[in-house]
Amino acid sequence: MYPAAFDYHAPGTIKEALDLLGKHKDDAKLLAGGHSLIPMMKLRLAQPKHLIDLRKVPGLSGIKQDGNMLAIGAMTTHWEVESSSVVKSKLAVLSEVAALIGDPAVRNRGTVGGSIAHADPAADYPAAMIALGAEMVCEGAKGRRTVKVDDWFKGLMATAVGEDEILVEVRVPVLPASTGAAYMKFPHPASRFAVVGVAAAVTLDGKGACSKASIGVTGAGTKAVRAKGVEAGCTGKKLDAAAIEAAAQKAADGVDVQADLQGSVEYKSHLCRVFAKRALTEAVKRAGG
Amino acid sequence: MKLPVKMTINGQSYSHEVEPRLLLVHYIRETVGLTGTHVGCDTSQCGACTILMNGQAVKACNFFAVQADGANIMTIEGLAKDGELHPIQQGFWEKHGLQCGFCTPGMIMSAYQMLERYPKPSEELIRHQLEGNLCRCTGYHNIVKAIEWAAEHMPAKK
Ligand SMILES: Cc1cc2nc3c(=O)[nH]c(=O)nc-3n(C[C@H](O)[C@H](O)[C@H](O)COP(=O)(O)OP(=O)(O)OC[C@H]3O[C@@H](n4cnc5c(N)ncnc54)[C@H](O)[C@@H]3O)c2cc1C
Ligand code: FES
Ligand code: FES
Repeated sequence: MYPAAFDYHAPGTIKEALDLLGKHKDDAKLLAGGHSLIPMMKLRLAQPKHLIDLRKVPGLSGIKQDGNMLAIGAMTTHWEVESSSVVKSKLAVLSEVAALIGDPAVRNRGTVGGSIAHADPAADYPAAMIALGAEMVCEGAKGRRTVKVDDWFKGLMATAVGEDEILVEVRVPVLPASTGAAYMKFPHPASRFAVVGVAAAVTLDGKGACSKASIGVTGAGTKAVRAKGVEAGCTGKKLDAAAIEAAAQKAADGVDVQADLQGSVEYKSHLCRVFAKRALTEAVKRAGG
Repeated sequence: MKLPVKMTINGQSYSHEVEPRLLLVHYIRETVGLTGTHVGCDTSQCGACTILMNGQAVKACNFFAVQADGANIMTIEGLAKDGELHPIQQGFWEKHGLQCGFCTPGMIMSAYQMLERYPKPSEELIRHQLEGNLCRCTGYHNIVKAIEWAAEHMPAKK
């Protein structure tokens, strides 16, 4: 399968990349790992006339700790997140999420920025980014701006990144004290994409009650969303099995659950509840509850 | 628009002018003429086209040749040395790790990366690491055994 013909550019600086984007506008697409874009180009669902490969732009990959944040360059691969010692020690759940994406070859090429910018409705990172309260740094001709995760995912494969901008960094807070986080997904047997995936981060107060719960759901609808019903159901409660069960019942509320080849609305709503329960149970355990 | 690309494949250097949309797998098979790398699904699912690029497993059907400009590539043809099979190839021989053999080059290249990263893999790890490689014949059991055999017979790292 050959994609439609295109011109290929591999700019050596972010400025050059932005200039190319500005010049070719709608006719151009950025290329990161190519593990979402190239399949779409081969099916001719995407036919950019210009492909702007970010592989030579310096400073876009790598993970560093910046205060209480992990700053992850957009071109950092899933494997780098999976195997990073900083991520493993400061935010192990993120390395676990990365390790569940696709397969080893996909993880060698696919990037954090590509996944967050592409916003596939079944992608794994989006749920985790919502639960962990990440923020995205975009760069355009006028400079940088930061977008909070709750303002990022706009709809089916639509995000807050401007057409003339590049997502350059994803910033994820390390877990606060007495906080546990977990991600659980039901993977599609062939692609490993999430049929449904739920990420949970739970903070316990001194008495073992939940002072904050943050839950992201992916796979079920057109975009990853925050499960506000579950969060409200957890806050202030001692999260024993019964409380978790009750809170998880709200996992599909407010999610625009879509029927597709993977399952009916009823089935996917059910998976939301089941995986919310599993993610919460593990998060509470890791928080020391 | 054709672009020049230069890369090293199995220690030999190659330069060509290619269309940007030429996939790396077709470059390797048709332009360079190394047909050991297979095309199974052409949709980045099956792993038959797996090669190593700068030491990392890549599905060459989901990658443009122009992206590999300057890269160091190894394909299945690069494994045997002086007529001696590589331990992973030998493992597939010893443990009957193939039937039709179509998936085998990709399985072996994935196994190569696996044993670099995890020299003593458990059975569970092998199965998890092979998630991107599909086999329609063997049921995977003997492939797992072949990789276990190879792990035991790999020369010690210096
Ligand atoms: C077989 C297979 C299995 C997979 N399984 C999973 C899975 O289980 N879970 C999962 O989450 N994902 C899965 N994926 C998707 C994979 O994680 C992709 O790598 C990821 O979604 C996109 O990242 P990329 O770097 O490959 O982006 P690309 O494909 O290069 O780009 C995707 C889109 O984002 C845009 N873009 C890329 N980078 C930027 C940037 N820095 N700024 C602005 N826009 C940008 C591009 O223009 C393009 O429109 C799978 C993919 C394959 C092929
Ligand atoms: S041919 Fe490349 S993954 Fe199947
Ligand atoms: S041996 Fe036939 S596909 Fe694997």
